[in-house]
Amino acid sequence: MFLQTLITGFSIGGIYALMAVGYSLVFSILNFSNFAHGTIIMLGAYIGYFLISSFNLSFPLSLIGAVLGAALLSLLNLRLAYNPLINRRSPSLYLMITAMGVSIFLENMVYVTVGSHFYSFPEIFKQSTIKFFGSDISPLDLAALIFSLISIYALHIFLTKTKIGTAIRAASYDMTTASLNGVNMTKLIGIVFLLAGAFAGLAGVFLGVKYMVYPTMGWITNKAYIAAVIGGLGSLPGAVIGGLILGVLETFVSVYISSTIRDVFSFSMVIIFLVIQPAGLLGKYLEEKV
Amino acid sequence: MDYIYGVMAVICIEIIATVGLSVFTGFTGLFSLGHAAFMAIGAYTSAILTYFYHVPFVLALLSGMLMSGLISIILGFPTLRAKLRGDYFAIATLGFGEAMRVILENLSITQGARGLPGIKHYTTLPVAAIFAVVVVWLTKNFILSKFGRNAIAVREDAVAAEMAGIDLFKVRMLSLIYSAMCGGLAGGLFAHYLNFIQPAMFTSVLSTQLTSAVVAGGMGSITGPILAIALFIAVPEVLRVANMWRLVAYGLILVLIMIFRPSGIMGYHELSFEWIGNLFRKKNCNKIADKRRT
Repeated sequence: MFLQTLITGFSIGGIYALMAVGYSLVFSILNFSNFAHGTIIMLGAYIGYFLISSFNLSFPLSLIGAVLGAALLSLLNLRLAYNPLINRRSPSLYLMITAMGVSIFLENMVYVTVGSHFYSFPEIFKQSTIKFFGSDISPLDLAALIFSLISIYALHIFLTKTKIGTAIRAASYDMTTASLNGVNMTKLIGIVFLLAGAFAGLAGVFLGVKYMVYPTMGWITNKAYIAAVIGGLGSLPGAVIGGLILGVLETFVSVYISSTIRDVFSFSMVIIFLVIQPAGLLGKYLEEKV
Repeated sequence: MDYIYGVMAVICIEIIATVGLSVFTGFTGLFSLGHAAFMAIGAYTSAILTYFYHVPFVLALLSGMLMSGLISIILGFPTLRAKLRGDYFAIATLGFGEAMRVILENLSITQGARGLPGIKHYTTLPVAAIFAVVVVWLTKNFILSKFGRNAIAVREDAVAAEMAGIDLFKVRMLSLIYSAMCGGLAGGLFAHYLNFIQPAMFTSVLSTQLTSAVVAGGMGSITGPILAIALFIAVPEVLRVANMWRLVAYGLILVLIMIFRPSGIMGYHELSFEWIGNLFRKKNCNKIADKRRT
């Protein structure tokens, strides 16, 4: 029982981490909380679902489709909604309001056009469970965990070993200096949003497979936001650690205490964390710029 | 006619909540994504008092306001003391709103998700209108007081304001309490207008509506948000559009306003009818034009 809870917690944590990475990427560059990220995740899940059910594509192909689609949507979101503000150097509060607006707009657009049905992905992983030290573990949980860790590691390699990755890290320290050193900021921000969108697509498909696909599923990303805050906004390893910690703690609370107070628990945790350690476990705390 | 009265009563109730939030978001510059929770607290406190304990209406409303104020201190004390960044604070309020809904759904006295039916109908249009006028008048004076000037200074530049000797925590806390109490009052009126409340009424949709109204109306204006919330409620009623399209429009309005006119419909100005009289007095007209320019 204990081991099973732990593994389930880790797999949920893995998905949280995938989502939190997208938040953190955008935050590290633009220093604002992209509330629209959750909606992109939801749209990614829809793309994946329709590719697999209406176009009868195989799972890997529709996963790739969802990743590409979500990345493009994220870029579109940046170009249409955020760019006018970024070019004007608006305060990050305005960007946050815009992000909120985008998320309300898209979420309800899906409600109106696609409807509020719950779609479930066709069975991809067999329902059978793997016996592991006397506890039942579903292959889906395991696959989600492994896949999210691998993709986050790939992102880490990308950020540390490539030229673009170096530029992103430089810009996250100081945007002006980075652009003085010849980094094209418009292009770089675009790449960051593409990356965040790609991760949103991944997370969306896994969320859809694990739970279901429905318009308000982006709400779960509030949890990812909590994970990002716990780990430290803007920090990649922080997002992973925060996601895993939150997933495990939440699963333990819902198994051993009560599933109704699970959400209350997570939200109280974020408030406590913000008060005690606003920078999170690994983040850097930035005062709003003077 | 009853229908129009009904819509107007709802507008008056929401004006109270919006004006309260405009003190917090518009004038003090802190963002809240959970003000529906304060409405819920006010609604449940006053409804439980009149329903189970037969407390007089006005007393119940006051208790609802006080309860909202008290709980806002519990929320505000740690978060405002820590001087969280704007978006961190917004997340804290979002979490607070959701947590409050879950708590209301699981308490026995609130009868959980089924809600409280059969609350007495005390809120009529005149009652709501009188309360709305009083709250708007109080808010106007509140903003013009020393406190209001401090709040605006904090919004414009928190660091500079602190350097000038303004206690950030005190100003922010006071405006949070004020907005929470307005929300509690609006909630109490709302409960006794609809005669039925349930936790699902006070979701983030309501918080979004209030926040959008303040942003769209103008951060730093009282009449702007009033105009915006009246439009937000009246226009969908007139057009008879489904609830979902209404939300699509809110989202779009927020984005468009931020892109094209971040200061909102009214900006920092108040809606007034002075200009009609001033049309005939050229001298004054120039004076106003000068004021606008500066």
